Amino acid sequence: MSAARLFLLQRASAAVLAVAVLVHLATILLAVRGGLTAGEILGRTAGNLAWLAFYLLFVVAAAIHAPIGLRAILREWAGWRGRSCDVAMALFAALLLLLGLRAAWAVYAA
Amino acid sequence: MSDTLSVSVHRGTSGARFDRFEVPRLPAQTVLDVVTWIQREADPTLAYRFACRVGMCGSCAMTVNGRPRWTCRTRVETAARDGRLTLEPLRNLPVVKDLVVDMAPFFAKWVKAEGVFTPRADLGADFAVVPPASPARAAADAAVECIGCGVCYSACDVVAWQPGYLGPAALNRSWTLVNDVRDGGQVARLAAVASDAGCHACHSHGSCTQHCPKALSPTASIAGLKRAVLRAALRGEA
Amino acid sequence: MMRAHRNHAGWWAALLHRLSGLALAIFLPLHFLALGTALGGADALDRFLDLTASPLVKLAETGLVLALALHLALGLRVLHVEFLPRPESRTRTVVAACFGIGIAVALLFALNLTA
Repeated sequence: MSAARLFLLQRASAAVLAVAVLVHLATILLAVRGGLTAGEILGRTAGNLAWLAFYLLFVVAAAIHAPIGLRAILREWAGWRGRSCDVAMALFAALLLLLGLRAAWAVYAA
Repeated sequence: MSDTLSVSVHRGTSGARFDRFEVPRLPAQTVLDVVTWIQREADPTLAYRFACRVGMCGSCAMTVNGRPRWTCRTRVETAARDGRLTLEPLRNLPVVKDLVVDMAPFFAKWVKAEGVFTPRADLGADFAVVPPASPARAAADAAVECIGCGVCYSACDVVAWQPGYLGPAALNRSWTLVNDVRDGGQVARLAAVASDAGCHACHSHGSCTQHCPKALSPTASIAGLKRAVLRAALRGEA
Repeated sequence: MMRAHRNHAGWWAALLHRLSGLALAIFLPLHFLALGTALGGADALDRFLDLTASPLVKLAETGLVLALALHLALGLRVLHVEFLPRPESRTRTVVAACFGIGIAVALLFALNLTA
């Protein structure tokens, strides 16, 4: 993938994450008062299509954003460049997508 | 305040040898005055560069107490508040000897970034009319005063971490040409700055802008290149 | 030993942006695994949440919230620097504001933990 394409994906996913993280931080700050329980989390997310859609979008954006950022760190600080690094980052993206979609489903279907 | 400066100067090419000199302090002394005193009075084998000595040519650039700067425009009383100076050659460039670096790789990257003007084929016989206040020309003018001194290149950590990175000066120059309506090499130029070693490697640390002796902002120029490449890509050209 | 040419606001901003991003990237798979325990029902998730009761974990959570808020604020600054046609003016103020927002959010989180 070209540097220009990676840049576009990174900045576009950042824009999505900016909104998602603001919502997420607000939710966290409110939810954590008086202690956090499964009942409280699931009471909000279980069977709620809006939250599911939100978390799915959140996961996809994060799965794009984090590996591209990590790739820059590995190239510049660990000297790991080339195809093997790109493949590793693609695998990391797949991992985040998989685990993230699973987590979003877990709190929806509980 | 003591009447001598304690000056440590890099010698040779290894990065390991530093020679110490005690240099008499003088009022309004610049670091260039100090280096010149050392070469004339203490050690004639010291190699260093300078030319205009009045802040116009950029030849005297070197690392002074860890910062890349022009020695002719660096006052001792500002740079060496505790009376000690460490002088090293510019970072990120091969050392020729002592305080002298080989600027060839720096300028090679200017060429690689297509920082060279090529006239458009369809300009015709008349002068090109370029209003100075037009947005493109204003953008070019804001970046065009670069004299290729190498300070930004030396300050840049991405150059240090990614040796192929074209660097702030080369990209800044390309930006002025991207905004030059008389230039016909835009396709090749955008391809050059959009390479793996191009503008997208910049993380906007801003060390280049922080250290530029002409108060230019390569950070802003490189951001402009990122936008130009994006626009071209979205239009299907890149 | 800090290199002198790095000692300016923009560089600190970039460093903290990178380090906070790294921390979040490492944390994220673990976060997803934790939430995934809900596949075993509310009890399974509660059992996991019980593990997070210790003060050390609460401190780590505050650190993560700090990392998230900081990465967001500094990231918004990067988007601003890259997409606005003018050079950034008042870098020190903007960077200080980003750090301030990060710390404020983390403090609010820590205080809400005790609410």
